[in-house]
Amino acid sequence: MQTAAAQGASAPLSDEAISARSATKSGRPILEIENLSVQFRSSHGLVRAVENVGYTVYPGEMVAIVGESGSGKSVSALTVMRLLAQTAEVTSGTVMFDGRDLLKLDNEEMRRIRGHHVSMIFQEPMTSLNPVLRIGLQIMEPLFIHLGMTEEAAKARAIELLTLVGITDPESRLEQYPHQLSGGMRQRVMIAIGLACDPKLLIADEPTTALDVTIQAQILELMKDLSRRLGIAVVIITHNLGIVARYADRVNVMYAARIVESGTAEDVFGNPRHPYARGLLSAVPRLDRGRAMRLQTIEGAPPNLLKPPEGCRFRPRCRFAIDKCVVSPPLVEVEQGHRAACHRSMELDKLEKLGADSHDAIGAAEITTSGPILQLQGVSKFFPIAGGFFKPAKLVRAVNKVTLDIAPGETLGLVGESGCGKSTLGRVVLRLDDPTDGKILFEGSDLANAGSDEMLAVRKKMQVIFQDPFSSLNPRMTVGDIIGEPMQVHKILPKDKIHDRVAELLSLVGLHGYMADRYPHQLSGGQRQRVGIARALSVNPKFIVCDEAVSALDVSIQGQVINLLEGLQQKLGLSYLFIAHDLAVVRHISHKVAVMYLGKIVEYAPADELFANPKHPYTQALLAAAPIPDPAIERTRPRRIITGELPSPLRPPPGCVFNPRCPIAVENCRKEIPELRNLAPMHWVACSEV
Amino acid sequence: MFRYVVKRLLLMIPTLFGAAVLIFLLMRAIPGDICYLRLAAGGGTVAPDVLRICRAELGLDQPLIAQFLTFIKGLVTFDFGKSMWTNRPIIEEIGLRFQLSLQVAIMATLTAILIAIPLGTISAVRQNTWIDYFVRTFTIAGIAMPSFWLGILIILGILITSKAWFGVAWMPPIRYVPLWEDPWYNLSMLIWPALATGYRYSAVATRMTRSALLEVLREDYVRTARAKGLYEKLVINRHALRNALLPVVTVLGIEFAFLMGGLVVTEQVFNLNGLGKLFVESVLNHDYQMTQILVMLVVAIFAFTNFVVDILYAWLDPRIRYTR
Repeated sequence: MQTAAAQGASAPLSDEAISARSATKSGRPILEIENLSVQFRSSHGLVRAVENVGYTVYPGEMVAIVGESGSGKSVSALTVMRLLAQTAEVTSGTVMFDGRDLLKLDNEEMRRIRGHHVSMIFQEPMTSLNPVLRIGLQIMEPLFIHLGMTEEAAKARAIELLTLVGITDPESRLEQYPHQLSGGMRQRVMIAIGLACDPKLLIADEPTTALDVTIQAQILELMKDLSRRLGIAVVIITHNLGIVARYADRVNVMYAARIVESGTAEDVFGNPRHPYARGLLSAVPRLDRGRAMRLQTIEGAPPNLLKPPEGCRFRPRCRFAIDKCVVSPPLVEVEQGHRAACHRSMELDKLEKLGADSHDAIGAAEITTSGPILQLQGVSKFFPIAGGFFKPAKLVRAVNKVTLDIAPGETLGLVGESGCGKSTLGRVVLRLDDPTDGKILFEGSDLANAGSDEMLAVRKKMQVIFQDPFSSLNPRMTVGDIIGEPMQVHKILPKDKIHDRVAELLSLVGLHGYMADRYPHQLSGGQRQRVGIARALSVNPKFIVCDEAVSALDVSIQGQVINLLEGLQQKLGLSYLFIAHDLAVVRHISHKVAVMYLGKIVEYAPADELFANPKHPYTQALLAAAPIPDPAIERTRPRRIITGELPSPLRPPPGCVFNPRCPIAVENCRKEIPELRNLAPMHWVACSEV
Repeated sequence: MFRYVVKRLLLMIPTLFGAAVLIFLLMRAIPGDICYLRLAAGGGTVAPDVLRICRAELGLDQPLIAQFLTFIKGLVTFDFGKSMWTNRPIIEEIGLRFQLSLQVAIMATLTAILIAIPLGTISAVRQNTWIDYFVRTFTIAGIAMPSFWLGILIILGILITSKAWFGVAWMPPIRYVPLWEDPWYNLSMLIWPALATGYRYSAVATRMTRSALLEVLREDYVRTARAKGLYEKLVINRHALRNALLPVVTVLGIEFAFLMGGLVVTEQVFNLNGLGKLFVESVLNHDYQMTQILVMLVVAIFAFTNFVVDILYAWLDPRIRYTR
């Protein structure tokens, strides 16, 4: 019943697709996993990565496995392919595929299934294709092996496949090598390889995590379309709830090696019956919600699977935990086709209402009327690319005449796809790179030409938080030394006081004082990012550049860090330049937002205005491409997926840089470069057609 | 690709010139005098006049810059002059010895490749099994054992077994005959030093193959290849090994160049008249001209093997082919 409703609401289907769909309900499941447990032997002990997991997949449907890193979602999928590392051991369960238990097949039988009946697409398109072999051979290999095709037949099929996945000029692509293609194209090639032998089941492990949001939408639309047209069952593994809401028919939520909730996307999102699923949904920033509410995060971190808590794995983080929870709750049906593993799943609605007052709103930031703390005026950064023997040198315009300002206590969100120049702009603001042109006014004085003494003084007031909490902390220094170092360098405190200040900073970012003696590798990703924040705060800065500061974190941890940043802003009156590719996060945290494309600001407005009333076709495309974690909204949203990819900054298109991908481009857009102009008060757009 | 090759070739010129400057100056900085050595080697005194005449003959009385220009001119025109010690043309002195050293180096390289790639591959694919332990022990022994010592063992082994089996002690021949004149005779002489040096060489290359392959086997594209359902043999040979060969090629190149000039002791053990021996003698005799030319020869060999390695890189890895 639920699936039928879902179908009716979803985008229109072709007759052929509908007949394929209706066949599924009567048909047998193509994949049935029951009671699957997998463990790894590590030097620290036994890790039970997957415990008693079961799910079914019917032909032509898209089933999502959602969970945070380490929840066992990839391991369960790799078990289906029997591609687990040698240290892994399947301790129980069956994986029935098309009537056969894959776990009982010998290696040769399994090899004949892999790539033929079951295919897999991996996360990293950059590394998943062999760099030294031609695309053509890599696509044709399974055709030779499984179908015994001749060279010509395989080549014809490869061309057909490349056309199917939307790659232009397929014939010449066959001769190319992976490094000659972009990330999105490589993922299309991976899909072509997966589809080569008409598989019955396609497993996609975070297929778009490494891709930009517009490319992500293109790839997922393609997969959804192919699964409908060809009747292929798709298992999609992801941490992105928006993707699940937009594309999945059914969802399995995993937490600490177990499935805690499963059901149709509508049921799980509309009426989650497990506190973890509820927590995730309220912890994720949403494109359709502003910064009014603090994110309701799940406290703590997922358990260490070497020593998982007894009973319900979520118990230590659960707001509703009771004594009974020390006994593992079974995954039981709470309504037709909707199962949850929680003793209190039926009471959750009531309980949530009781605790609802605890939502604390974010107070309006006190934006003082004094001038902006940071002003960028026509800032540019060009990188010369050295020519070769016969090649002339070229100029990459990474940042091109950017004008922005940030008031004290304000957050300016800077969004754009990878390669648009947003990180370079962040580096230029910090003078980690020198600007080629323009003025950087920080508290009124120009940094663009400041000497090193001046910069040293200014650096006390400007700090940075980086994306990667793993590589931005020195592994050989203790947390205390890492946080204390800037204070020593800038001689902010006498040495004997630093220790106390470090403890104070640690508690400010929600860590314990004893962690000062730990090394970075002993901390989790979220804790490391907190250390990075404490280090930035140590010199009492007024302005912090957050360069993708929460992108590498899991949803529940990401929410905690966002809340922390917002809380600190209120408490200390900080200003942020928040650089990110995730629109929902930017929407949540920013007062003002600037959208960047190929080195230029294309739209600049207060956050609410920009998200409610986007003017530039690129902003509109970005918003359309980003999924919202709510199937009910997703089913009614129009899908306008822009085609094409970010052009090379070495050869920017003439005129408006967006014109080759723009749905409303006219002749003039290929000639004239549109300047930023004022559409409404505070709303700037660089487009001549709106 | 053509541009890449030309670029690599042109890059050899500054390397060679730099080496020429360096060796010329270093030779002059070493205390001692060839004329003094030649005339008063047995002790006793030499009249200053005689010394002066000797030096004038060898051109040593000229200003340094003039001597250097003569040296460079000789290099460019391939007129290497005469040995200051024996007075025979250097090209003649080097000729046969170069042939011999080159042949030993090539044979050792072939031995190394034939041993290293299969052994390293098996060892990586069957990591932590008895065969891997065996290979690791075998290679550690190869690295630890000096090749000249292994050479002595080989000679002793030949003597003892030939005596035991045929009743007559057989020794490998000592006089060098080029391969095309009498291949059997030539090989029966040079196979032993090639094996002795090839063992150590293969040990280095085996370990490199093993560790490079282990790394590549963890790469995503190997997992992709398996997910396609390819035969394991194809996964290893086509997908993994080709990527793993890059560092192995580098090691092979460096070792090969080293074998061309650095086999001093091993040559001694097998009584070979190779470049290594000539090298040591020319340095001891302060034979400036000979030493300079030999150093330049070795530098040229290094530069050339590096060039070949670069070409192999480009052939193995399209990313290099297309981006440079």
